[in-house]
Amino acid sequence: MFTQNLHTMKSSGFTTGQNTSLVLLRILIGWHFFYEGILKIYNPAWTAKGYLLSATFLKPFFTWLASDSVIHIVDTLNIVGLLAIGVALLLGLKIRWAAIGGILLLAFYYLAHPPFPGFEQGLTEGSYWIVNKNLIEMAALVVLYQFPTYAAFGLERMLSRNRQNTIAG
Amino acid sequence: MKKKEDSLFNLNRRDMLKSLAGIPILGSIWFAGAKTTVTAKHEREFLLEKLNIKAALPPATGPMSGKPLRLGIIGFGIRGEQLCRALGFATKEWLSEMKQAAEKNRHDTRLSEFLAQENLNVKITAVCDVFDVHAERVVDSFSTADNPVKRFTTHKELVNSGEVDAVIIATPDHWHAPMAIDALQAGVHVYIEKPMTHTISETYTLRDAVRDSGKVLQVGHQHRQTQSFLAAMDIIQKQTLGHVSLVQTNTNRNDDNGAWQYDIHEKASPETIDWDLFLGTAPKVPFNKEHFFRWRKWWAYGSGLSGDLLTHDYDRINCILKMGIPKLVTASGGIYTHRDGRNVPDVLQVNMEYPDFSTGSSQPAGKEKGMTFVYSATLGNQFDRPTYLMGHDATMELGNVISIYADARSTRYADMLNENRIDPEIPIYQYNPLANATDAVTSATAKYFANKGLMWTYRDGKRIDSTFLHMREWLSCIRNGGKPSCGIDEGFEEAISAHMAGLSYKLGRAVEWNPEEEKIVARPGEDLDAILLANE
Repeated sequence: MFTQNLHTMKSSGFTTGQNTSLVLLRILIGWHFFYEGILKIYNPAWTAKGYLLSATFLKPFFTWLASDSVIHIVDTLNIVGLLAIGVALLLGLKIRWAAIGGILLLAFYYLAHPPFPGFEQGLTEGSYWIVNKNLIEMAALVVLYQFPTYAAFGLERMLSRNRQNTIAG
Repeated sequence: MKKKEDSLFNLNRRDMLKSLAGIPILGSIWFAGAKTTVTAKHEREFLLEKLNIKAALPPATGPMSGKPLRLGIIGFGIRGEQLCRALGFATKEWLSEMKQAAEKNRHDTRLSEFLAQENLNVKITAVCDVFDVHAERVVDSFSTADNPVKRFTTHKELVNSGEVDAVIIATPDHWHAPMAIDALQAGVHVYIEKPMTHTISETYTLRDAVRDSGKVLQVGHQHRQTQSFLAAMDIIQKQTLGHVSLVQTNTNRNDDNGAWQYDIHEKASPETIDWDLFLGTAPKVPFNKEHFFRWRKWWAYGSGLSGDLLTHDYDRINCILKMGIPKLVTASGGIYTHRDGRNVPDVLQVNMEYPDFSTGSSQPAGKEKGMTFVYSATLGNQFDRPTYLMGHDATMELGNVISIYADARSTRYADMLNENRIDPEIPIYQYNPLANATDAVTSATAKYFANKGLMWTYRDGKRIDSTFLHMREWLSCIRNGGKPSCGIDEGFEEAISAHMAGLSYKLGRAVEWNPEEEKIVARPGEDLDAILLANE
């Protein structure tokens, strides 16, 4: 068993099944981030102001982010962040940086409206207690950070293969 | 080795696929996202273009330049103090209280908002209040070295003193008209609190006094300055709602303050209150602190829900629809929550009939005409019921935020409803004066935020007091000419309609208006004013 697994391992050290699962997770999260970014960039009226002003936790901080002098920076950073993280995860470039960025962004979303007991939940499509989809997506990004799939799928595979081949040639 | 050479960067096809497959996925998501957003934007623009609602800013009022206007304050109770703040004058007590509040909570911006308010170039030169404590607070807080505030015993002395150009009347209702009439006859401009009058007959006398004097009278319905109402007027003009057959307005309060159980001042006594002067034309009763501070609870000095709160809702709608005085008014109610000796009802339902009124029609000519205005009030429950203007084509929810919902059976929107371009559950138009942009077909989340009132904080981080704007408009009319938005004609309609509601409640029957003779129809032997004021 062990030897067979060793045979199917790629340069990353993962089995094909492991690689496929990790790549699938990466593409789905990249997809999610990128689509959110695209929707916002095509809608000039979009702003995070409402979401920030209605924060139920760390109110002073989120209210400050929503203030007139700061909100434009917050909106721009959010859109650029969503797009960059989405592109990185989909194309397989700088996956670890994207994972860190994604975790940070999701932490903001999570902390503004955390599903803590006693906190107002607003509109949700499910029932949550401490754990919600933002938190799960953050955990999934931690996995992607720990198990980057550069070599299995994406532009960095090409770059690294190219490097290897150049060296070999 | 040969295999690798025939592909880009020395990679085989398998490597190429694994390296670049992310690109078409990225492209597809981009395309899908862009298409969704752009289609939604086109739908929104299509709808906004169809509706063509212009949410214009109110016209700016004129400059506050020239010599400072000299103002007299008649009545410095709860409302009088608020009106003075709108003019830029706050008592020492209020300033220190607000300073403490701001220190405790840095989000409490009441003091900074007050200090940031535009200077209206007025000075308070005179005050008249039957309660020593109130009058002395004005003298104490607003006097300056070069402008000591003078206290007058009676309003007549004040308006005839030559010390004032204009007065603010914020007394109990039974003093409104007599004071305003005397002021106008003395050539003094008037800002008068609602309801404009306490009796039917004085409503006519006051109208004559305004017309004869040529002075500016503004009735204190400050919501006429609310920006969303200007958008609402345009919505009606564009016949967005079609034929409006029903307007539903409400008051819901469930606290002592809302039921006029105001605090009784510790210093109140026959020595500090000029009781006879307070009573004026009201029935003579012995000194009574409760009557003095909670006067809204008795017909002798106030008018309960019909004069106090119905007038707000009536004028809100009259400002948008300009429907005027109803043909017929029926009212009923009772004292069901606050059986504390009051004689004005605390639950009141009023129906005002306008059989000939029309806001336009999308149906065959002559099919639709007539409207009922409903006012439903309780001081025993504060569940928030919104104001609705209900038309054949759409319903407007009116507040600081306006939402319009197409009616599923609308004639005007039938095609768009069939094509699923409109969903009766989602507003086809939403106007928020505090947000930067108008929006149509808003999402559930945006609706949620709007309904929660969060949009309030949007406007340049600055709220503007509508009473300030209403005062400013009045002062501008005095200085620069022009007609105030709630002048004598609007006030006349407000007062007569409210009196008809009060009369109907007391008579237990429909009360009719004769528009040709401009008179409330009385049956033989009926003295309508006596019935209205009766204290049983």
